[in-house]
Amino acid sequence: MKKILTAGAVILMATLAMPAHAELDTDKLKGVKPTAENHPLEKIISGYEFRNKETQMLQDDDFDNPAYIWVDAGEELWSTADGAAGKSCADCHGDATTSMKGVKASYPKWNEAKGKPMTLQQQVNDCRTERMQADEWGWESDEMLGMAAYVASQSRGMPVAVKTDGQMTPWFEKGKDIYYTRVGQLDMSCANCHEDNYGKNIRADMLSQGQINGFPTYRLKWQKLGSVHRRFKGCMKNIRAKPFDVGSDEFVALELYVAWRGQNLPVESPAVRQ
Amino acid sequence: MKASVYVISALAAGAFTVSAVAGEVTAPSQVMVNDEFAVEKSLTGTPGDVAAGRDWFANRKLGNCLACHQNADQASEPFHGEVGPTLDGAGDRWEPAQLRAIISNPKKIFGDQTIMPAFYSDRTGTRTAKKFAGTTILTAQQVEDIIAYVSTLKE
Repeated sequence: MKKILTAGAVILMATLAMPAHAELDTDKLKGVKPTAENHPLEKIISGYEFRNKETQMLQDDDFDNPAYIWVDAGEELWSTADGAAGKSCADCHGDATTSMKGVKASYPKWNEAKGKPMTLQQQVNDCRTERMQADEWGWESDEMLGMAAYVASQSRGMPVAVKTDGQMTPWFEKGKDIYYTRVGQLDMSCANCHEDNYGKNIRADMLSQGQINGFPTYRLKWQKLGSVHRRFKGCMKNIRAKPFDVGSDEFVALELYVAWRGQNLPVESPAVRQ
Repeated sequence: MKASVYVISALAAGAFTVSAVAGEVTAPSQVMVNDEFAVEKSLTGTPGDVAAGRDWFANRKLGNCLACHQNADQASEPFHGEVGPTLDGAGDRWEPAQLRAIISNPKKIFGDQTIMPAFYSDRTGTRTAKKFAGTTILTAQQVEDIIAYVSTLKE
């Protein structure tokens, strides 16, 4: 009983102590300085910095990070043979802790054979169908999320470094165009929230810069690991727009452009967010 | 019924000037902003209901004004947004006709760059979800209700 009363008093005090205006001082947040001359942000800040201590702590310790259920499953799949060719990832790529180091930091990446950029998930499925003669994994399947997170986690701490020049240029421009185009009944673009208003609350949500260096990310709201395309869809639904499909050219272009907006941020996959 | 009573009483009082005839709803495309950045004519002719407007203000599926604006009158509702200015004292700062113009389509008042959605406009972004295509975020009467409510927010 006393415990309940104390807890109640703490919550009450916390409520009273909460300032009416809880806007974040983004000057005080850790970030990296953009190197590109035409970069729209003065400081690139990870979504981690916008979250509360409890959420940050879940990410800080791999034993607490719920995404590791998927990562561990991904590690096992890495050396499990599948498909008519009887091969596993490890048969070609060996030890992922060395061969996959830095891979995620460079994706989406140009694929010469396909003549377009591919996301990590698309590359995984390309290997599965072409080399393993196995079925594709669904975009948001546990297998795909686990594999993507396992591979991505080999780049943790390495700076995001996507290529946006040469053949990537039209895709970069397309992604930029999508980023700044207002859509949906609410008529908003990504920039309205994530460039113009980060650090402010929109109802209960603290707006971040929408950086994607932590994907696949475990979202507390989802109670699950999820892809960045799923997150894009959620934003578009919120503004009452018809979302693009996961894996669509539009989302690949947008992922490329948003990855560039986070150039040099350390890869945090698998991150934990609210 | 309620609406016609209002009109009759307004006529009787000789105060029937700019209000529309009850039942005649202004279509979203017909909302005319004047030189003073205001829409004088009621969208419905039916006076706004303050209590209803207070509900629409907080309702996440309707006005959801709290998503972006703080409002001390609704302190019991958690999580007021910070994207737009506080609406404490908005009733002192804006005339109802100005609020009508802003809420209907703020781009005509603040410029195209404003993040604020148009709550009663036939022009929205591209790719609007099927479910919402051809609709307005609020009905004309809900806009009138919110105008009536926000007009009561005085300092």
